[in-house]
Amino acid sequence: MSKQILEMKQITKEFPGVKALDEVTFQVKRGEIHCLIGENGAGKSTLMKVLSGVYPFGTYTGDIVIENETMQFNNIKDSEKSGVAIIYQELALIPEMSIYENIYLGNEIKKNGLIDWNEAILKTRDLLTKVGLSDHPDVRIKELGVGKQQLIEIAKALSKDVKLLILDEPTAALNEDDSENLLNILKDLRKNGITSVLITHKLNEVMEVADTITVLRDGKTIKTLDCHNDEVSEDGIVKLMVGRELTNRYPERIPKIGDVMMEVKNWNVYSPSDSNKKVIDNANIIVNKGEIIGISGLMGAGRTEFAMSIFGKSYGSKIEGEIYLKGKKVELNSPKKAIEMGISYLTEDRKEKGLILIQDVKQNITISSLKSITEKGIINDNEEIKHANYYKKAMRIKTPTIETKIMNLSGGNQQKVVLSKWMLTNPDVLIVDEPTRGIDVGAKYEIYAIMNKFVAEGKSIIMISSELPEILGMSDRVYVMNEGKIVAEIQGNDINQETIMKHSIGQGGKKHGK
Amino acid sequence: MGNNNESNIHVLKNFFRANIRQYGMFIALFVIMIIFNILTKGTFISARNLTNLYLQTGYIAVLAVGMVLVIVTGHIDLSVGSVAAFTGAIAAILQVKMGLPTIPTIIITLFVGALIGMWQGYWIAYRGIPAFIVTLASMLIFRGAVIRITNGQTIGPFEESFNKISSGYLSDIANISGMHTLSVLIGIVAIIAYVFVQFKNRKTRVDYGFDTLPKFMFVGKLALVSAIIMMFILSMALYKGIPYTVIIVVLIVGLYSFITKKTPIGRHIYAIGGNLEAARLSGINAKKTLFTVFTSMGVLASLSGIIYSARLNSASPSAGSLFELDAIAASFIGGASASGGVGSVVGAIIGALVMASINNGMSLLNMNISYQYIIKGLVLLIAVWFDISTRNKKK
Ligand SMILES: Nc1ncnc2c1ncn2[C@@H]1O[C@H](COP(=O)(O)OP(=O)(O)OP(=O)(O)O)[C@@H](O)[C@H]1O
Ligand SMILES: [Mg+2]
Repeated sequence: MSKQILEMKQITKEFPGVKALDEVTFQVKRGEIHCLIGENGAGKSTLMKVLSGVYPFGTYTGDIVIENETMQFNNIKDSEKSGVAIIYQELALIPEMSIYENIYLGNEIKKNGLIDWNEAILKTRDLLTKVGLSDHPDVRIKELGVGKQQLIEIAKALSKDVKLLILDEPTAALNEDDSENLLNILKDLRKNGITSVLITHKLNEVMEVADTITVLRDGKTIKTLDCHNDEVSEDGIVKLMVGRELTNRYPERIPKIGDVMMEVKNWNVYSPSDSNKKVIDNANIIVNKGEIIGISGLMGAGRTEFAMSIFGKSYGSKIEGEIYLKGKKVELNSPKKAIEMGISYLTEDRKEKGLILIQDVKQNITISSLKSITEKGIINDNEEIKHANYYKKAMRIKTPTIETKIMNLSGGNQQKVVLSKWMLTNPDVLIVDEPTRGIDVGAKYEIYAIMNKFVAEGKSIIMISSELPEILGMSDRVYVMNEGKIVAEIQGNDINQETIMKHSIGQGGKKHGK
Repeated sequence: MGNNNESNIHVLKNFFRANIRQYGMFIALFVIMIIFNILTKGTFISARNLTNLYLQTGYIAVLAVGMVLVIVTGHIDLSVGSVAAFTGAIAAILQVKMGLPTIPTIIITLFVGALIGMWQGYWIAYRGIPAFIVTLASMLIFRGAVIRITNGQTIGPFEESFNKISSGYLSDIANISGMHTLSVLIGIVAIIAYVFVQFKNRKTRVDYGFDTLPKFMFVGKLALVSAIIMMFILSMALYKGIPYTVIIVVLIVGLYSFITKKTPIGRHIYAIGGNLEAARLSGINAKKTLFTVFTSMGVLASLSGIIYSARLNSASPSAGSLFELDAIAASFIGGASASGGVGSVVGAIIGALVMASINNGMSLLNMNISYQYIIKGLVLLIAVWFDISTRNKKK
């Protein structure tokens, strides 16, 4: 057996107007965890799609060599036969089906031409143990959290006798515990001889698991580092990724906190499907001018539900409570009304709730601000192009033109488009839900700088984030949520990991100041 | 210079790649017309036949314009044929039985169309019943209603002024060498206006510092579009001039193209079809938008009913059958996507012309109606297949 399990040579892939990959070389050793990193739009996902046959042989140039054999994949099935399995960031499980049905979907175990479900259930049990899950194979996918779903994707890959497992930003939507858990599973698999390629923007994860790191920038291989021999540090990697030194992860800001901007009082929200189930329980928050408020909490604590219910009651039923904006009581009955009153909400789910994928960059940026570019009922195209070009530059959105369809942008660049869209609405209060999900370190810094500039104008930001460092680095004040309640309000020196974690898991005692 | 040429070719290539779907429909229409012209030994592309073709397209074209918006929102309307028949019958009752003059008859009929559209829009947008079900119900309801109010009889004839909607032509100022002079003048004015607007747009784009088409392509585009406008005008001027029906259709197409491209409501329609949830969270009132689209469909269905009954000079209980299928097919041939968010008014008109050309050409050839159905079905299938395969290639 050769030491190299995979070798990609001189891979070049072009899309209309972009060279996504430019003679990329990529080598993976058997049994290692190989991290593939780089800025948004560097070509990571594209490289993996070439490898797995999503872009079939002939649509790129260069060679794919797996275990000394040159491969020509025409589709995903072909690559699966060679032991390559890819797990996308967007989960491809069917929510209404059970775990075992999902695992064997398209790959059914047959006996005498019929599906042998009993065998499937037995095997599923084994697979689940391998990924550290103890759920029953009968459980339906929709009853599981994203973290578990991610593990089921891995179990599904294992069911296909995978040799090379590719994970494209698997932890982007996971909280720290679930991420940690997933990384441990990868380490276990490594012990069993399974090779993994991991794409991630979270550098602490890279430091924790990587045996080898390959850095891409602008479609080119910049460097491959051997973590066991070379000197590897986070700062060093960052420099390779962005091509310059980045000394600070969070831009400096001297807070200038003003009067009260917004107040939410006695806020109660019930589940939209079950109007007896309380989702948000008597929440109270105050947001001041010039302030960045962090909302922390575990997944399922009700942060997104809370934010969306404030944003024009876009979540929940039987909503009770009051919202005051600059001292005046307001009724926000629809997102439209909320936007008019100066509240905007950046969703955590950009593909389903934030973007219109079949439309272009410019249309997506202006969709919530058409009023401001409309004169006498007619949209001024030139103004529209001007705004879009402004944000393309300010946010450094990597796209051939502003008339490129959103679905052709890399994940991180899509995120920048959604953020641009809400910036353009010029809100007083901007609620951002996981604002840097899937965004590279360099671009993160830029987005933080934009947020800082925004509050420096006397406006306010409410930031929901599952990344604790982000909460610590950016917030002036932090609310912690747990099971639909606001369990703590933390300020000043108390904003640290231990305090926040203690409250998140519901062990903070009654410390909720008013 | 060589370098420049190369970049020109590159620009041309990109331009065609980006616009192939749009031009594909024009090319398909053109090819169909040429084929029929050869088969009919020159009868098809004669001014007389083309004018006739436009008149046959009129009532479907109006429906297709409304339908393409419905399809863009991700819905469908199966009731338009029945609604056209019902509103046509309302017009006949108002004028023939109650003796109302033409203008009030038209206004009341359009109003009835709007009410029907609102009724459907209410169920679909505010009650969340799938459009397929609501409009299927309406298809039955209004077919029944038209048989009821006409007692199963044909009602006619209309007054001359009403009949003119479908049989009248713009009167002429002076007939020079067998051409309808006013029509030609209108054509020239249209071309001048088009060129003027294009130059003005180009100038503002330059002022803003945006990309523009290279000069040779810009001029080429102007020449091509002007030639098409002139050919269109001549195809009528060489016969009796511009029919009123064509004027109505051109106005409707112009208005709806404008609304879809240049106004917020137009953007909202495409947004809710593209991603309903994202559109809602972007502050779009999706229910109101959907309600508006169905109301507009109702008005256009009644306009279609007016044009059709004016053409037959009577309203009959069986009028408008299968109109919905022609209108839906026209939208899809014109590039609308069944999953919503994609489609254009101009495309739908081209689609309507394709369908009408097939009807017209095959009748000229005296082919059995059975073949017309078969060919229309195949053309629909091939057109959508072409559309989807070019769309995938672009990815
Ligand atoms: N289908 C496509 N059509 C056109 N361009 C594309 C397409 N897919 C990707 N691109 C372009 O190729 C480049 C690389 O994209 P890719 O998705 O591989 O980036 P990435 O490294 O995965 O970034 P991210 O970290 O943001 O996910 C980007 O500039 C992107 O706009
Ligand atoms: Mg990616």
